Amino acid sequence: MIVFLAFILMLSIFLGFEVISKVPSTLHTPLMSGSNAISGITLLGALAAAGAPGMGWVGILLGTLAVAFATINVVGGYFVTDRMLSMFKKKEQKS
Amino acid sequence: MDLAINLTYILSAALFIFGLKMLASPRTARMGNLVSAVGMLIAVVMTLMNRGILDFKWIALGLTAGSLIGVFAARLIAMTAMPEMVAIFNGFGGIASLLVGWSVYHRAPGIELFLVISILLSVLIGGVTFTGSLVAFGKLNGVIGSKPVLYRGQHIVNSLVLIGIVTLAVLFGLQPAGGYLFFLLLVAMSLVFGVLFVIPIGGADMPVVISLLNSFSGLAACAAGFVIENNLLIVAGALVGASGIILTNIMCKAMNRSLKNVLFSGFGAADTSGSGELTGEVKPISPEDAFLILEAASSVVVVPGYGLAVAQAQHVVKELADLLEANGAEVRYAIHPVAGRMPGHMNVLLAEANVPYDQLAEMDDINKTMETVDVCLVIGANDVVNPAAREDENSPIYGMPIVNADYARTVFVLKRSMASGFSGISNPLFFKENTRMLFGDAKASIQALIGEFKGL
Repeated sequence: MIVFLAFILMLSIFLGFEVISKVPSTLHTPLMSGSNAISGITLLGALAAAGAPGMGWVGILLGTLAVAFATINVVGGYFVTDRMLSMFKKKEQKS
Repeated sequence: MDLAINLTYILSAALFIFGLKMLASPRTARMGNLVSAVGMLIAVVMTLMNRGILDFKWIALGLTAGSLIGVFAARLIAMTAMPEMVAIFNGFGGIASLLVGWSVYHRAPGIELFLVISILLSVLIGGVTFTGSLVAFGKLNGVIGSKPVLYRGQHIVNSLVLIGIVTLAVLFGLQPAGGYLFFLLLVAMSLVFGVLFVIPIGGADMPVVISLLNSFSGLAACAAGFVIENNLLIVAGALVGASGIILTNIMCKAMNRSLKNVLFSGFGAADTSGSGELTGEVKPISPEDAFLILEAASSVVVVPGYGLAVAQAQHVVKELADLLEANGAEVRYAIHPVAGRMPGHMNVLLAEANVPYDQLAEMDDINKTMETVDVCLVIGANDVVNPAAREDENSPIYGMPIVNADYARTVFVLKRSMASGFSGISNPLFFKENTRMLFGDAKASIQALIGEFKGL
């Protein structure tokens, strides 16, 4: 299992470098905030943590906080990126 | 069901990759962000169907609170506050990874070595990302000063904390089941280290720090993926980690400095020695005279810097540019990669003012044609147009690629006063034969120019 996960990690890193090195500097801020939203994927782990039974109040607190923070990261990240990208406009053709 | 969940995760990963790929062009970027968001949504929905999740009320609470805060923050924040917004969202991702690692340990303290290492990584990286981002947030919105905070023995303190973390981590790893106290200490120390790590870094180096923290938040998610053995977290985390590293690298290159130098040198806190060596005359110009030159110009290049953001002058710049274009001049914007406080800061700022992105030129492209430019308007930029980087081997920024503003026929520098820029390095551009200083608040100066144009 470990080897398998590490293998996935290696491939993903290469893929990441490949895909992202093509992004022009104009879009560096949206890239950053968009990828930032993706890093909120840790939400999946948070969901499992908050939904598992029998962890006492500390466990519930940890899980719920994790869900809340990760959700802010995800939702806020995608919304703010969209807001930024909606402003990027091409020059309108002057007739 | 497990198979369906895993298949969905594969689909999510594919959507993330497509989304990032579509970010490579301004035409498809918005769609790309949506594609990536859909990938996230289906992953979350499928995860909720997991049999292991029995209790939904706390999840519902967390999701609702998080969504509300996220949406409102993203909607209400001023566009100019974008750097700190990105920083704080980043930090929240970090703390979430920390909490995930913690809660897995909390549930089952007697664990095997591989899981111990994964949990430690997600907690440590997550913790550093969280407080590091909070400090960056504070520096960016001015709650704490943007100057580097340096003190005697800083490197020693940092090294000690780092050694302490490693030692504790080893002790904890040897006996995880009985090491709850060690674990809590590690959490605390990672949080402390995040603060120590970012406070010595000055405001102008923030593009590097934000990129690096962005990378960290991805790596933390990646580590959390190893903790819960979830492929999607690993893939997505690695993508973000790679993206952050690439941006960090670009930012460092654009400043001709190594990452080590940015992180540890406390750049910008140095005393402003050598400023007395510059001789020459500073030639101020009035808006009236500047207008006459601008009116005759057929090619104008605007070089924006952080000062543009501070003065909130992006809208008036756009207005002036429109007037110049109506007057028959070609207007372009030269964007230095590290202008502003985050990667691409100037692009977002100008996009907000409806400047079309095809008018924004990268440094290398504009430099090729700088000799043919009639007027170069330097607005709130300093170090990125400092010719010392090209000419003066003793300058701290020697070798940094710059926008060759001084090659233009005439250079107008809009500046509050003769005080040196963030880095404290004096700028020979201000003393050049073809440079004219337009003193005053950038916004007010440009408004004066617009007034001259309209008064025609």
